Amino acid sequence: MSFHGPAFAGTTAIAGIGATEFSKDSGRSELRLAVEAVGAALDDAGIAPSEVDGLVTFSADTNPEIEVARSLGMGELTFFSRIHYGGGAACATILQAAMAVASGVASVVVCYRAFNERSGHRFGTGVQSGFAAPTAENAQFSWYAPFGLLTPAAWVAMFARRYMHMTGATGEDFGRVAVADRRHAATNPAAWFYRRPITLADHQESRFIVEPLRLLDCCQESDGAQALVVTSLEMARDLRHSPAVVRAAAQGSGAGQHMMTSYYSGDLLRLAEMEVVARQLWGSAGIGPADVQTAVLYDHFTPFVLYQLEELGFCPPGEAKDFVRDGNIELGGALPVNTHGGQLGEAYIHGMNGIAEAVRQVRGSAVNQVPDVEHVLVTAGTGVPTSGLVLGVDR
Amino acid sequence: MSPGTREPSLSAAATWSAPDPVNQPMIRHFVEAVGDENPVYVDAGAARSAGLPGVVAPPAMLQAWVMRGLKATQELERARAGGRGRAGTAPASAQDEVLARLDAEGFTSVVATNCEQEYFRPLVLGDHLSASSRVESVSDEKKTALGPGRFVTTLTEMFDQAGELVAVMRFRLLKFRPAAPSATTAATSAGATAGAATAGAATAGAAAAGAPARASREDLGAGMRPGPVLTRDNAFFFEGARLGKLLVQRCSSCGTLRHPPAPSCAACRSLEWDAVESCGRGVVYSFAVVHHPQVAGFEYPLVVALVELEEGTRLVADLEGVAPADVRIGMAVEVGFAPLSPEIALPVFRPSAPSRK
Ligand SMILES: [Zn+2]
Repeated sequence: MSFHGPAFAGTTAIAGIGATEFSKDSGRSELRLAVEAVGAALDDAGIAPSEVDGLVTFSADTNPEIEVARSLGMGELTFFSRIHYGGGAACATILQAAMAVASGVASVVVCYRAFNERSGHRFGTGVQSGFAAPTAENAQFSWYAPFGLLTPAAWVAMFARRYMHMTGATGEDFGRVAVADRRHAATNPAAWFYRRPITLADHQESRFIVEPLRLLDCCQESDGAQALVVTSLEMARDLRHSPAVVRAAAQGSGAGQHMMTSYYSGDLLRLAEMEVVARQLWGSAGIGPADVQTAVLYDHFTPFVLYQLEELGFCPPGEAKDFVRDGNIELGGALPVNTHGGQLGEAYIHGMNGIAEAVRQVRGSAVNQVPDVEHVLVTAGTGVPTSGLVLGVDR
Repeated sequence: MSPGTREPSLSAAATWSAPDPVNQPMIRHFVEAVGDENPVYVDAGAARSAGLPGVVAPPAMLQAWVMRGLKATQELERARAGGRGRAGTAPASAQDEVLARLDAEGFTSVVATNCEQEYFRPLVLGDHLSASSRVESVSDEKKTALGPGRFVTTLTEMFDQAGELVAVMRFRLLKFRPAAPSATTAATSAGATAGAATAGAATAGAAAAGAPARASREDLGAGMRPGPVLTRDNAFFFEGARLGKLLVQRCSSCGTLRHPPAPSCAACRSLEWDAVESCGRGVVYSFAVVHHPQVAGFEYPLVVALVELEEGTRLVADLEGVAPADVRIGMAVEVGFAPLSPEIALPVFRPSAPSRK
């Protein structure tokens, strides 16, 4: 190809996807969920566990690579890596797997994330800094927890209030993201909210969690697992499904970055980390926003979907409210977003289920298939050091 | 904080005996409830292997052994309702008398600040405790963000059946005059009741220490907040707040201010720093109004603000003295301080007085 992007861009692919059911109480261990999803992804690709030589997950995941490998009968591993910063790791698992494959360190790398986030440890219950070890990471909670700013929803609310003040966006504009997600989930049998769409009025009537965020602005808490298999494009072409080519993948941390609380510089109207990711994605894929037919934008909280539309260049700064008002993010719109229902509608699997949806859109097998897909953009957790991905059809 | 003024007239002690000896059933209920799987609390063999004489009680159960129980507490409540210190009813504790006097001085609100325990030997099955509780000190009047108030420290000594001192406990609370009738303080709200309900151990502690039941229902809010995680890089900020100063870290080499604190200056890489006292004035840069989840120690809805100080740095702190619906970005605010414990205080902002605008 004519662009001088990273070696993995255009030479690696996602060859298999697999997931458990998405629920509120899996009734099984997190490790078992991981094993089921990794096994399903390998079956989807048509690759035996013995061929796997690399595993990548989140540092937030509780399932060590060696437990997954032993359980599935994998042999020797030559590459394993865990990525930090919560949901910001999602697309970075594919990035690091693709780098390993392109550099020859490994040939078949499975990326996975498995948790009982609803029935086990729930992120929404907040941090308990008072009992934490005095590490630099825990010490940062000192600036929030004693003041009652304890949850991801609360940290995002501080941004959202400023954004509304400066751009004129309203709570209804945030609600339009939830309505789109739930509309898409309603026709996705794998979604928790299958056949349960909401209206904007439903959104406006839902209780406040942390103003200006309402209950329906917040993603679900879910039990489940998702896995994805990364190989060379060459190898993927001989497997069961048409490859989802990794056109670009990037990680990003902004200047002045904090964990969901980058409050101390800038105007709280930008996601600096996503700007770093966007610049790399467009640069190495050699395409722009107009070349993307559908996007999976990380939606733990609706306001940051608006921020991302601006940061990724789908609309000018401050105008995402107009973009969503025109119905552009729903099926049939200019940029259908989260066609699986997103983390509000399908499940909260820390962004990994969104990558699987992008693969289905590239394969042409999504339940809410967008016509004529060439490129799909996927993003990972916002407000934290994050990552992104452009997947494309094999031409 | 000064150690407080000792008032000999306050030191009359209330004494009582534990209703039950240290026993295995209560220990088992306790360790199962808190999820402590240490076998020395339930298995004599394991305890002896650990060098103990036999099964021991978890130290955290100390207060549980000397709790008077529901019936005695209800009798005490009835006695209070019928008139404080009336002869012929259950005796009012020494602390009751002190709190009544502080009520009369106008310090009508109460918030627990902390509890310290010291153990001299492990308690074993069969130990039968008695307790003696007295007010150890009452501080001079202090200015706090909750309002002017005085810290009351109650000392409870616990003895075994042979009269040996086995443990002491110091329970400290702040009696204060609310700053304004509309003040949104954690201490006087109905919301704090829900918080105290989840703070079972601390509530029980207040009762065991002879604190009035009224206090144990109303307070314990601020005492239960998650505290800061202190490191060598950030402790100065909270120590400053205890002294009533809002400190901002400053590079000693180039003078750049920074918050949150960090070990070196991003502008010049100097590791040398000191801190300057902010004028305490700023504006609301953004804010959040927290409704859920509701955590002990806070009153909801809780307004948390991102304040931009006149010095230019920003910080997160609670905003009090204004209804959530009346908070505006750009609103002028100024700092006060609220105790979290005798060692730690937190900045808290209020709208600036109109004359300051
Ligand atoms: Zn400097």
